[in-house]
Amino acid sequence: MKSQTTLKMMLAAGALSVGMSHGANAQDTVKIGSVLSVTGPSSFLGEPEDKTLRLYVDKINAAGGVAGKKIELVIYDDGGDANKARTFATRLVEDDEVIAMVGGTTTGSTMAMIPVFEDAKIPFISLAGAIEVIDPVRKFVFKTPHTDKMACEKIFEDLKRRNLTKIGLISGTDGFGASMRAQCVKVAPNYGMQIVADENYGPRDSDMTAQLTKIKNTAGVQAVVNPGFGQGPAIVTRNYAQLGMNSIPFYQSHGVASKSFIDLAGAAAEGVRLPAAALLVGDKLPDSDPQKKVVTEYKQAYESATKQPVSTFGGHAYDGLFILVEAMKRANSTDSGKIRDEIEKTKGFVGTGGIVNMSATDHLGLDLSAFRMLEIKGGDWNLVASGS
Amino acid sequence: MAEFLQFLISGLTVGAVYALVALGFTLIYNASGVVNFAQGEFVMLGGMVTVFASAAGVPLPLAAVIAVVAAVVIGLLLHRFAIEPARGASAVTLIIITIGASILLRGLAAIVFDKQFHKLPGFTGETPIDILGAAVQPQSFWVLGGTAVVVVALYVFLEHTLLGKAVLATAANRLAARLVGINTTTIMALAFGGSAAIGAIAGILVTPITLTNYDVGTLLALKGFAAAMLGGMGNPLGAVVGGLLLGLLEAFGAGYLSSTYKDAFAFLVILIVLFAAPQGLFGRRAVERV
Repeated sequence: MKSQTTLKMMLAAGALSVGMSHGANAQDTVKIGSVLSVTGPSSFLGEPEDKTLRLYVDKINAAGGVAGKKIELVIYDDGGDANKARTFATRLVEDDEVIAMVGGTTTGSTMAMIPVFEDAKIPFISLAGAIEVIDPVRKFVFKTPHTDKMACEKIFEDLKRRNLTKIGLISGTDGFGASMRAQCVKVAPNYGMQIVADENYGPRDSDMTAQLTKIKNTAGVQAVVNPGFGQGPAIVTRNYAQLGMNSIPFYQSHGVASKSFIDLAGAAAEGVRLPAAALLVGDKLPDSDPQKKVVTEYKQAYESATKQPVSTFGGHAYDGLFILVEAMKRANSTDSGKIRDEIEKTKGFVGTGGIVNMSATDHLGLDLSAFRMLEIKGGDWNLVASGS
Repeated sequence: MAEFLQFLISGLTVGAVYALVALGFTLIYNASGVVNFAQGEFVMLGGMVTVFASAAGVPLPLAAVIAVVAAVVIGLLLHRFAIEPARGASAVTLIIITIGASILLRGLAAIVFDKQFHKLPGFTGETPIDILGAAVQPQSFWVLGGTAVVVVALYVFLEHTLLGKAVLATAANRLAARLVGINTTTIMALAFGGSAAIGAIAGILVTPITLTNYDVGTLLALKGFAAAMLGGMGNPLGAVVGGLLLGLLEAFGAGYLSSTYKDAFAFLVILIVLFAAPQGLFGRRAVERV
């Protein structure tokens, strides 16, 4: 019997040229793969994702694993390079033989990896923002972060409530800003919004007063929306205050939803509104809020383990990992196909990003209630009560 | 009019930073014929060291001095351990070395500091000043004034001190300079130290306006290089005019034309200038000796 197994293993090794060093304990562990941008320009996204995955996989294993099996996490760092991401994706599928994948920090690397996982029929839960990841729906691809389209809709909903319809856009020309700008322009008519000014700035620009002056001098602008990401929106916000435009309501996107935005923009950030996940205002949520428990526990666990402030980006990785783990429990199997079917059946999953209800036509499963409208007051986030 | 002034001042402020970066390029280029692509990293170091020193409790003026000293030390090390051992190599080789050095410095900064953006408080408050309807950050005056001081100091140094004349002599003809007893290696080191100091000063002055992080230098080096080319590589006056012009082109391009194409517009103008005057606005015409 033993020699037969050995023979099988040798044959398998020969045929597939796969390292079998883990063969001995293959019965007790399952491999989950991840490709993240831990270094490079998107490292501020990839780093918290990486830390979150490692932290929680250790916790899960310490608690006995999933369905009696320990999880072995295989993480590769693509450095923000989509080419590398694709190479690592192939390695995860062919060498590591992962049963599922949680990762893909940026939209670029996610899109590059999708064909690999689709061909291998391995479920892939992406952590990238753009709607292209799940629209059109691909059988094996899911994602956890809110889309930029939802952010636009949330902002427009708030504007509509305040009876403001003529807006100025000032967008970054980076991937995030350009994509969100396009989505905002697309959904604006649905909310009766009229875009009267449409300006852009480069992601590394250091002064946006020229663009803002133009918006300021455009007749009829009732509110300004800034789709952008990184330090750009902080400079826009500072210039906005410099030009004395505070009387015009100003909206940022979920792209700036981290404490450092308030630090960088300083007093100029007062009164700025933005849609963001519940994670940022965990302590301010009413106790009745279904997400309160999840977000406060995640925040506490992450901050005590890493000594760094929590970000929504790590939260996306938390959601992805637990959607997968829950699906594995329900499937009670390590078969990728069965796990995929169970991921698609995710209903009422309470994550840091919202309450996830997936379906065959919706591989994100979040609605607008996943976003909270926040206003910056006194150097901190505050929930905007609906109706104000 | 208020609009015009707003664009003008915002263009001059950004342009002054480009001018300082371009000056750094010019100084090293003059002494060694090398285009130092690590110039942007000196700007980054100036800002980042000041941020972290002042976060550690050092008063801002002292933090700024520490930052300049740190940048100069790194500039000298760069010269001693990367450029000097390769002397005699072609200019292209040396330029590639500086590109390598810039990647190294950026990587080290990401590890030693962090990858987040940081800010400094404005030196004299952050309440905008109203000038004929244009809102101006007080820091803009620091940037413009600081640039003017650096330019004048550099001019006086080059034209009215023996050491400065030695730099010019080395620039004009290295062999001849050595024959009259100038230690050209020291002059080269001086150029690297000086241009690191100029870069660091630019970084300190501009951080309250533009914020800084570990890779803020990449784009500044590119813009500074474009400014130096526009003004004429090797001419300090050209570097300043080129920098200011580039800043103004961007601001007026974004304000009056299209913000989407403002960079394209600025570079288009540079291309046209270089077609008409390949040596740049103030460049020396290169004379090939046969």
